Formats: sequence, C-alpha cells, structure tokens
Amino acid sequence: MRHLLSAADLGHDEAVMVMDTASQFGSIADRTVKKLPTLRGRTVVNLFYEDSTRTRISFELAAKRLSADVINFAAKGSSVAKGESLKDTALTLEAMGADAVVIRHGSSGAPHRLAHAGWISGSVINAGDGTHEHPTQALLDAYTMRKALCGGKGDLAGLRVAIVGDILHSRVARSNVLLLRTLGADVTLVAPPTLLPHGVQAWPCRTSMHLDDVLGEVDAIMMLRVQSERMQDSYFPTAHEYSQRYGLDASRLARLADRAIVLHPGPMNRGMEISAVVADSGRAVMVDQVTNGVIVRMAVLYLLLGARGPRDVRPDADMPVSA
Amino acid sequence: MAALVLRGVRPYGEAPVDLVVAEGQIVEHAQAGRGYGEVIDADGLIALPGLVDLHAHLREPGKEDAETVLTGSQAAALGGFTAVHAMANTDPVADTAGVVEQVWRLGQRAGLVDVRPVGAVTVGLAGRQLAELGAMAASAASVRVFSDDGQCVFDPLVMRRALEYVRAFDGVIAQHAQEPRLTEGAQMNESVLSGQLGLTGWPAVAEESIIARDVLLAGHTGSRLHVCHVSTAGSVEVIRWAKARGIDVTAEVTPHHLVLTDELVRGYDPLFKVNPPLRSAEDVQALRQGLADGTIDAVATDHAPHAKEAKDCEWSAAAFGMIGLETALSVVIETMVFPGLLDWHGVGDRMSASPARIGRVHGQGQGLDVGAGANVCIVDPQARWEADPALMASKSQNTPYAGRSLPGKVVHVLHAGRPTVLDGRLA
Ligand SMILES: [Zn+2]
Repeated sequence: MRHLLSAADLGHDEAVMVMDTASQFGSIADRTVKKLPTLRGRTVVNLFYEDSTRTRISFELAAKRLSADVINFAAKGSSVAKGESLKDTALTLEAMGADAVVIRHGSSGAPHRLAHAGWISGSVINAGDGTHEHPTQALLDAYTMRKALCGGKGDLAGLRVAIVGDILHSRVARSNVLLLRTLGADVTLVAPPTLLPHGVQAWPCRTSMHLDDVLGEVDAIMMLRVQSERMQDSYFPTAHEYSQRYGLDASRLARLADRAIVLHPGPMNRGMEISAVVADSGRAVMVDQVTNGVIVRMAVLYLLLGARGPRDVRPDADMPVSA
Repeated sequence: MAALVLRGVRPYGEAPVDLVVAEGQIVEHAQAGRGYGEVIDADGLIALPGLVDLHAHLREPGKEDAETVLTGSQAAALGGFTAVHAMANTDPVADTAGVVEQVWRLGQRAGLVDVRPVGAVTVGLAGRQLAELGAMAASAASVRVFSDDGQCVFDPLVMRRALEYVRAFDGVIAQHAQEPRLTEGAQMNESVLSGQLGLTGWPAVAEESIIARDVLLAGHTGSRLHVCHVSTAGSVEVIRWAKARGIDVTAEVTPHHLVLTDELVRGYDPLFKVNPPLRSAEDVQALRQGLADGTIDAVATDHAPHAKEAKDCEWSAAAFGMIGLETALSVVIETMVFPGLLDWHGVGDRMSASPARIGRVHGQGQGLDVGAGANVCIVDPQARWEADPALMASKSQNTPYAGRSLPGKVVHVLHAGRPTVLDGRLA
C-alpha cells in the first residue's frame, strides 16, 4: 500500500495489522521515552485546508514520535479562491522532498487527486476530504472498539455498531461503514431520512430512522456531530426536535446494554446530538479515541513509510506491506 | 468560380456519384467518374450535409484564453460542421445587439462555418429582466435562438413571457433545464456513487421538473420550446409525452451523454465534470432510443472549452464542461450508426436538417439534392483514430476521449461551396 485515501484501501488483514501495530506503539507510548527512530530523516507534511487542530496535532505527534521531520502547511482556499492551487502547492511540497503528505481538504476527492495526478511521488494520507472519507478516524474508532469490547485483538466480527446523526455530510460515517464491515461488524446507520445519502440502500449496512429501535441491540454507538444550521436547509425542523428524536441523553443511555460504549469523533455539540450527562459518563470513550488516534496514525505512517527507502520516487510503485 | 467535383462519393452511404458543386450550390449528381470540374477524391467515402451545431461555447468575447471564434470555427470545421451556434454566456454576455453582431462578425471573418450567435434570454443571464430580444433578432446576426445556457430561466413568469415574446420573430427559447434549488452545490449525478464519493448530487428530477413545467407553458401559450442537453430517461419520457400532445417542443442531446456514464467520476478526474452531469447507463440507453425514434431531434455538442488550470485541480474547484466539436460525429457513429439505431439519413437529419430547422439557419440543413447549398461533410466511416488533445484545433484540451479510439474520420468539408477541410486538415 502506498497511499491511504479510503477505508476501502484496507483489506481485512491489513486493517488488523494496522491495529496490531498501533497496539505495539501503544505500549511504547505508555513508557517515558516516547520516541522511536523509525522515520528519522523522513519528512511528513501536514497540508490542512480546513482548520482541524485536533487532527493536525494528532498526526504531528504521531510523526514526531517516529522521529520524522514535520512541516505544518496551513493552506487556505483552492484554485477558485485567491489561494495557490492544489497543484502548485503539491509541486512545492514535492520539490521540498515530502515523503508523505497528510491532507485535510474541504473538497471530496482532493487526496485522491493529489495521489494520482502525477504531481507528487510521496505517500498521501487522507485526513478528511469534504463529505467523502476520513480513514484514520475509522481506524482509531475500530481500535477503540476492539480494545474496549474485543479484548484488544483480532477483528470486530459480530460487533453491533450504530452510527447516529448527519450521515449525509459525514466522512467519518462513510469510512466507518467501510472499515467496520471489512472487520466483520454489523453497522446500522440511524438518521432522519433527510440526512441519509441517496442510494444508502446499496451500502453494506442497515439503516434505521428510529434511534429508540436500535438502542437495545448495539455494543457501540457513535454519535456524529450535527450542526444546528442544517435546519436552515430544511433537513429537520428545529434543533430541539432533532435532539428529541436522535439525541443521546441519560434516559436513552440507560437503555443501552451494560457493556456498550459511546463514541464521538468530536468536536461535540453538547445538548444537540449528545447530552452533557452522557458525554461525561463512564460509558463515553472520547478521551480514549484521542489517545488511540495518535498510535493508530503512528501505525499508518510506519506501515506506509517504514519499509520504503527515503524518497522512493518510483511513480505508483506499490510498497510491500510488512509490520 | 470553377466547379468542384466530389468524386465517387456516396450520399448518405448510397451508390457512388460525382457530386458537382458550383456557385455555392450542389448542381449535379453525375455518374461516378464523369463529373466535370476540379476533382476532390472522395472515392467510397460517405457524404452528409454539413453538420449544424445548436450549442457550442466559443468563449469570445471574454475567455479568449480558452477559445476564440476563430479556433472554435476551426475545431467545428474539422468536426464536419458548417454552422455553429455560439452560446451567450460570454463576457460581456451576448444580451445586446452589439455583442451578437460582434460575435457574428468574428464568425464572418473566420469564414469557416456559419457562426450563429445565440442571444441571452435575460439581461446578464440573471433571469429577471428580458434582454433586448427583438433588437438581437433584427440585428445583422438575425438571432433566432435565445438561451441563458449555463443558467436556467427559472422564474416561470419570465419563462412564459420569453416563450411568447419571441414568437413575433419566429424565435425559440432554448432552455438549460436545471432547477436551481435542487442543484445547489451539485457536483455529479445523484446516485449510489455520489453518496459514496461524497459529492453533492444533481438529481434527475431537477431537470425533468423544469422540462415538465416548460412543455406545459409552451402548450398553454402555443409557443415553441427547445430543450438543451437532455440527460435523463425521465426527460425523454416527458418530451415524448409532450410531443404526443402536439406541443411544439424540440430537444437535443450531447454526444457525451450518448456514450459516457457517471462511473467515470469515480477517479475524481475533472475532465468528466460536466453540466448536466454524466448519468447512468440506463439513461444513456434511453437517450439513444429517444434520438433514434425522433423524440430527441438533434445532437448538439455543448462544446465547452476551458483553460488548463480550470481542470488541473480538485473536483469541486474545477469548471463544468468538455470540448466536443471534433469528436461529435465519431461518437454518433459509434453509439448510433454502428448499433443500427440510425442510418446515414438519420445522422443527416439529427446533425444537420433538424438543428438547422430549429435554429432557422438559412442555407444549412438542406440535404444533398441538386439545388441545395453546398455544405457537405465527407466522412470515412471505417477509419479509426485516437483522440489526442494536443492535436485538436480547439484552444483547450479538455476532451474526455483522450487516448480513446474513435470511428469515423472527417476527410473533406465544403462550406458554401468552398473547401474548409481537405484530407482531414484545414484547407
Ligand atoms: Zn447548458
């Protein structure tokens, strides 16, 4: 594997290997010496077209713990706006010798374009593109579920997961559906019909329009951020009605199975999709998600870059995966 | 001017003749080998009437880096066209007699095809106030086709008035059917794939609902309506229904909607970004059937050149549109002639006679009989060629067919009796 653009790029064994590798890094991260020399001399660029301090810091920390040189490149706009075009930025990064580009972009497919337009030779890691995908988020979610519910090994076979909220606009949901399915979990998407994508029937998951129907039958429930501005576009009548029908509050929390956990990719909209009581409860694993995000991203960087020589410039040369 | 003889040519694929041309007219179908005059070898090649495009963006004035009337005319001639309608979404917009006359004169100066300016329906394509339709009709450009193409004439009252008003000079409103609210931020056909790719969908209903409204308006007011670039099976059904009711509606389909599907969007390559978007394989089949049975009257290119940077970027930042003048006939041969959906008479009708009639283009679309204007496209249907953007005459290279093998090569073209293309090159 050369790039990580979509959760669909990962087969079952590769996804398990990423988690196993992360798990090893996790035990290292617990020690006082947190740095590994693995990627010394390599350059990782964080190319962020959207503000996302938490994701950028997570990648930055991951790269630094592997001793890579990290460049943060905060870009604004696109070729239609005043800013430099993605192509020109890519050519600049190529000239600087970037071994990997971690890209966050508001346009779906921008990482795909960056990887395949012939502008750069390094690896591309999708850190969230438009309403398309966010594969490392799905990996850290899967890792978190595996650790909490599956004894920290293997895959997620038989695990029942509900993803609740604005599926239509969620890259987290798209990547999670793909990856969780690959790992053997059963996924149910829960949303008002307006916030389910056209053609969702063809996705490898179930859908439900009623949160209360699925509460009793899940091992993990992932609440997605819902922007209250969506009501201006008639996706739902009011924020109040949304949270009444689809928000996770204390009474719904009580109906979850005892061992079930609550995930949220953040940032949370307290009082909208999740109540403060739930967010602060022992069932919520958001802090673990953040911790696991760093080691999962270390694993991804390691597996994409670790076995390649510095600046391997063969275009589209596939790297044999090894742990 | 001495007579020209197209030696051994097969009109609409029929028996070979010598087509003799003089004074800008076809003057004789002589026995093959017996025509008298300056000989152009066309042995065994097929003669079609010069092609007429109802829908091209020649970008001048305003976007001369993407195309000019001259380079667009060159591309048109090489594609077998002898008349091209130039869309109004230029800068400034072609919404006054001054601008349409400017475009018309540029076409005259290029002298390769009849450049027929399309006038805007509303001032600045803004959809609120009628542009000076009568003045454009009365100008030297004698505009007959009016369109806000790129924008939909969305306000139903403005659309009604426009349909009625242009009847005074036998004009037609060519509608870009796109419900604006249903397509806010739309990036591709709304489908399973759009949901997976995270690209905002452009639903078929946004096209079909406008066409349904417009055919009802045209029926109610007794006016003539033309529907641009029909792209969905549902649109074909609506138009078929309207024609059965006797409503005066015509429609066009682009070559790319006859052959390409939204699966091509999977790689996020903006070369495949176009408006209306590429649709499903079922839509493609319905469009071919509609064109075959005459529900769709004409093929129109929607040739939309864009400078390199407008496509050399991420999907959502890229411009909509693809060039098509130099590949249109080949695509029609591949999708309609080879499968037996249209014979060569059918091609002549859909690419010459019908569009000329819809656009009220004098001297075009008259066929190949003696007495017709000598606008002739000579094509070798067996020749295959590989589309190479670098070799195209268009100033822009945004063809979706790069590297693709296409059938049918335009060999010679006569425009008003004068060769514009000989042996596949500009004469
Ligand atoms: Zn249009």
